[in-house]
Amino acid sequence: MPRRVSLFVTCIGDQLFPHAGIAVAEVLEGLGYQVDFPEAQTCCGQPAFNSGFRDEARAVADHFLKVFEKADYIVVPSGSCGSMIGHHYAELFEDDPAKLKACHELEHRVWEFSKFLLEVAQVEDVGARFPHKVTYHDSCHALRELGVKSGPRRLLSQVRDLEFVEMDAAEECCGFGGTFSVKFAEISGGMAGAKIASLQKTGAEYVISIDSSCLMQLQGRILRLGMPMKTLHLAEVLASR
Amino acid sequence: MNPIPVESLHKTLSDQSLQTAIYDSTARLMLKRRNAVTPVPEFQELRSQANRIKQHAIENLDYYLEQLEQNVMRRGGKVVWARDAAEAVGFVRTLCKDKGVRRIVKSKSMTTEEIELNHELEKDRIDVVETDLGEYILQLANEKPYHIVAPALHKTRFDVADIFTKELGVEREEVIEKQTMIARRVLREKFLTAEMGITGANYLIADSGAVVLVENEGNARLSSSAPRIQIAVAGIEKVIPRAQDLVTFLKVLGRSATGQPLTVYTSFLSGPRRPGEIDGPEEFYLLLLDNGRTKVLADKNKRQSLYCIRCGACLNHCPVYRKIGGHNYPWVYSGPIGAILSPQFHGVTQNPWLPFASSLCGACGEVCPVKIEIPKILLELRSDITKAQSTAGGGGLERFAFRLFAFVMRRPGLYRFLTGLAPRMFPGKQGEWLRDVPSWMKWGPVTGWLSQRDLPPPPEQNFREMWRVRQRQSRPERQRQSSEVR
Repeated sequence: MPRRVSLFVTCIGDQLFPHAGIAVAEVLEGLGYQVDFPEAQTCCGQPAFNSGFRDEARAVADHFLKVFEKADYIVVPSGSCGSMIGHHYAELFEDDPAKLKACHELEHRVWEFSKFLLEVAQVEDVGARFPHKVTYHDSCHALRELGVKSGPRRLLSQVRDLEFVEMDAAEECCGFGGTFSVKFAEISGGMAGAKIASLQKTGAEYVISIDSSCLMQLQGRILRLGMPMKTLHLAEVLASR
Repeated sequence: MNPIPVESLHKTLSDQSLQTAIYDSTARLMLKRRNAVTPVPEFQELRSQANRIKQHAIENLDYYLEQLEQNVMRRGGKVVWARDAAEAVGFVRTLCKDKGVRRIVKSKSMTTEEIELNHELEKDRIDVVETDLGEYILQLANEKPYHIVAPALHKTRFDVADIFTKELGVEREEVIEKQTMIARRVLREKFLTAEMGITGANYLIADSGAVVLVENEGNARLSSSAPRIQIAVAGIEKVIPRAQDLVTFLKVLGRSATGQPLTVYTSFLSGPRRPGEIDGPEEFYLLLLDNGRTKVLADKNKRQSLYCIRCGACLNHCPVYRKIGGHNYPWVYSGPIGAILSPQFHGVTQNPWLPFASSLCGACGEVCPVKIEIPKILLELRSDITKAQSTAGGGGLERFAFRLFAFVMRRPGLYRFLTGLAPRMFPGKQGEWLRDVPSWMKWGPVTGWLSQRDLPPPPEQNFREMWRVRQRQSRPERQRQSSEVR
């Protein structure tokens, strides 16, 4: 069994939330994996795909395929990017049998971070300690396209001194949606507001997610509303000692 | 080509009582659905089965429509084919003229909303009365349905009290049961005096020629049995092959729509009254409407949009619908299903913003009882729209931006260079989120983001820079450092 994983940190992780990526590496290394970061990586192409620019998305996807051609396991600290690669790449290469085959092979090698821990590394307890009250936001693509629901909660349940509280609207969208958040800013902000109202009722100090983009949306709105709550990527909780 | 209706959206989003009404009503419907679906372990299989039946019916639509026509005629009914709204409305108007119809009772039908039937008939001074309570309230208020299943979802009982007082001249009544009695009194009289009843159709059964109506108030039953002449107006996609297929749909429809295992009434209309029968119409017409459906049918990836059984679950679960309500959508079909139907019926350039007004959260597809892949269709429509805009020479700025995006993302060296500049160009203190930016940074996306949220600053080191430093250190050194940070 290869003990080597390649990290796809995502463009948003690279540029805005590097600590989450570092935390992923720390957790994986703590479990004995050798973590490789292919330097030529950029973005998965989702922004173009979701905006209706498929040729452009295909070009970026093609680059991704090349960069990660040899990787056995590709770990992604995002459900949304993970789903783009694992599910939507195939739609982009429908008319290109060779690339399509490469996409289908890729589907089995791409792992959202929490899924990798539970299903490949097969651990629930990574030895973390995080003495805070937290709640968990189900990011949409992880939940509905990758079927990630209980996994992150199971991982959190093993964290020492952590108090978990469920929010009533855990499965409601945070309102990010990529370019939707700026094209339809007022709707997007309203959706974040509904989510935050539910967060607030829990009395949690931190809201945890496996997608930095949801957290950027929520944190930005929380700060705008002048609230004390903080957001944190699951990997950062699991890397805490 | 219509731009984003920003003002109208803003009006809805800033109306606090309306926001509460929409959010709470849809939350109730979501909860009801959940409670009705959870005890049915085979619900997911039923969804798959419903999807397969619809797929088969739509793929063989020509065959089943002809079979339906023959069986309706065998039962003494007449079948009328309408290519578009004008033909459909024209038929009804002519029939009313020929038969001397002065009053029509109607039960709830989105298809007749689609062709704006009432409006056209009123031109002939015909008294057309909506008999579904929600539809009746809206008819009095002169509004279009806000929701496919709950047309007056946005009206509180106080709104209804206002409408009844103003339009019916009755004493103000704020108790829902009493309001219902007021409507009932008015409507009973209409049922008894109308010469014609018009209904929609939930299903058309090909092998028996029956029209199936699903409802809770009994008004569809009355509309279809009391008047002398009866017309059922249905889109051609409503046909299902066999009577036994209905079992699957009845199990998923009520649960998905209102959280009921079964609606209060399920009526089967099968032609006019026969000798010896004590009620039912003397004449029965089934009006089959195309109005763009064959155009949707022609697209193999998106024809699944025609599977829709109008349960409204996608609306209730849509966080966008729950914010903007029904009237900001350009057509009578609102919510996610409206966002995929409107562009396909009216052309993608008509309201090009519509398929983009979604965070692609996927809640709609998750609850759809016939498993229409709404998010996938939204994505395809987005692609169709950018292509159409490109052909028309529009959408240039965004196209340029994404070409540039693709250019950079395929060149790691360039990507590294450009992203390396960001922290140096970014204003403000390290680590602090921004509420405002200097004016040179104020353009489309940044302004959009800042209008609602604070903006995260690019960190001093991005991931790849941190990684490079980290790789130079030995493992124990790294661990020591990381524990110090925490």
